[in-house]
Amino acid sequence: MEIDPFIFRLSIFILSIFVGYYVVWSVTPSLHTPLMSVTNAISSVIIVGAIIAALSNNDGAIFSSSSIYGFLAIILAAVNIFGGFLVTQRMLAMYKKKKKDK
Amino acid sequence: MSANLSAILYLVSGVLFILALRGLSSPETSRQGNLFGITGMVIAVTVTFLSVGNFSSGFIYVLIFLSIGGCIGAFIAYRIPMTAMPELVAGFHSLVGLAAVFVAISAFINPDAFGLGTPGNIKLASLIEMAIGAAVGAITFSGSVIAFLKLQGIMSGAPITFKGQHLLNALILILILFLTFYLCSTQSSNLFWTLIAVSFLIGFLIIIPIGGADMPVVISMLNSYSGWAAAGIGFTLENTALIITGALVGSSGAILSYIMCKGMNRSFFNVILGGFGATDQSIKGKSKEQRPVKSGNADDAAFLMKNASSVIIVPGYGMAVAQAQHALREMVDTLKKNDIKVSYAIHPVAGRMPGHMNVLLAEANVPYDEVFELEEINNDFANADVAFVIGANDVTNPVAKTDPQSPIYGMPVLDVEKCKSVLFVKRSLSPGYAGIDNDLFYKENTLMLFADAKKMTEDITKNL
Repeated sequence: MEIDPFIFRLSIFILSIFVGYYVVWSVTPSLHTPLMSVTNAISSVIIVGAIIAALSNNDGAIFSSSSIYGFLAIILAAVNIFGGFLVTQRMLAMYKKKKKDK
Repeated sequence: MSANLSAILYLVSGVLFILALRGLSSPETSRQGNLFGITGMVIAVTVTFLSVGNFSSGFIYVLIFLSIGGCIGAFIAYRIPMTAMPELVAGFHSLVGLAAVFVAISAFINPDAFGLGTPGNIKLASLIEMAIGAAVGAITFSGSVIAFLKLQGIMSGAPITFKGQHLLNALILILILFLTFYLCSTQSSNLFWTLIAVSFLIGFLIIIPIGGADMPVVISMLNSYSGWAAAGIGFTLENTALIITGALVGSSGAILSYIMCKGMNRSFFNVILGGFGATDQSIKGKSKEQRPVKSGNADDAAFLMKNASSVIIVPGYGMAVAQAQHALREMVDTLKKNDIKVSYAIHPVAGRMPGHMNVLLAEANVPYDEVFELEEINNDFANADVAFVIGANDVTNPVAKTDPQSPIYGMPVLDVEKCKSVLFVKRSLSPGYAGIDNDLFYKENTLMLFADAKKMTEDITKNL
């Protein structure tokens, strides 16, 4: 009997939870705020679903009841992607070591 | 683009996201990590465009909407003050949640486009995944909106509780399960909309009873939810990048919630059921008795610090409110010029989100190797001359170690009272979030400095 592709996706999912578990425990507590903003940014990879939804029309019309939700989701996810990565960048740039000359 | 190639590229972007989180294990590697994250996102978006392969006028609109959102995001990212990070993160979570809801709705209306069947005849597995994605997304959205309003001060941070609250929530959760079940058997769009509406409602109801200082747990929890919502949608779309990311974010938020709960010595359920702080008002009223406190001014504080050889600074949420981090850094610079050793002690739940204090100190140019976590520095208090508590309260309360009756008993606290002298900057003697008196105020070696944190710090600097 062939294995349902769902099982493969489930395996990836479960293994990723474990990867996430170990990776996140190794994050230094002083970087927990950037961790939240960057996880925010990467979870906006949901934009791939939004793009598929927005381009889903076959009959030539650009806006339909289903694609309009796609376009709205694109805006929301884009705010998050740009906002999330840039604010993380801004925060990380502030973390500096002690200057040696002091 | 062939389905196999795009699947592999989605996997690559998932791996890059893992590396992005891995980079955060130290500040040196973190900036590179963020670049990995950006690369992963660029790959994922590009692959999606290529695999849809529809470069008609709709594509132009996608780019337009993408840039509108991008500009808004970039604008916010550059303008937001660092003290407002908790609000920003809560706001961003709500967007992920809502985006997940929208994608799920779109997939429900037009399942052909996603290869999930036809309207009214969607594959069972996809329908379940869709329902989960939409419900969790909706909970994330309304919960984050409430968290945002509370953090922003638009809504009172005080817990809102009413009779039968937990029963109502439990009933709604059962209702959600039933709706999902009937949705799967009937494929009715009315049930789908009801499911989303009820999920919005429960997100709202879950967060209102939780008070301001429990926000670190709430934000981490919503972070986790946004991940699970993304993973749910990832299963619907059969997209590896989304599944990996959802799992990463979900477990990341869960771990942060755990760390925050441990920092308060409270169970996750205790925090989620809410009402903490509000219920303790009565206790506070009873034990209120007049006890003598020593209070001083900036001059006294400057004198004490000038004669110290080591000073430990304990910042808390009050420092963020007063925006005192820059003034604090200037004070420390002056102290260092006088060859006084200065370090910072950060409690895990100081501030309104995990790592909140660290970001503010970094913003004020405090080197991160002078900033220590509770376990690293707690033994040093006994050898330090002065502890300077600025905007922290409950996390320094020795009652947590001595009084089993206290609501915060067992919570790990900073051993501030072991210092030779304690300077406590606070506006009044009012109790902290937990609603209990801080024994530290009445200790022999404590000098209370009643003033705004920023103003007091500036005055001390002048007197040094």
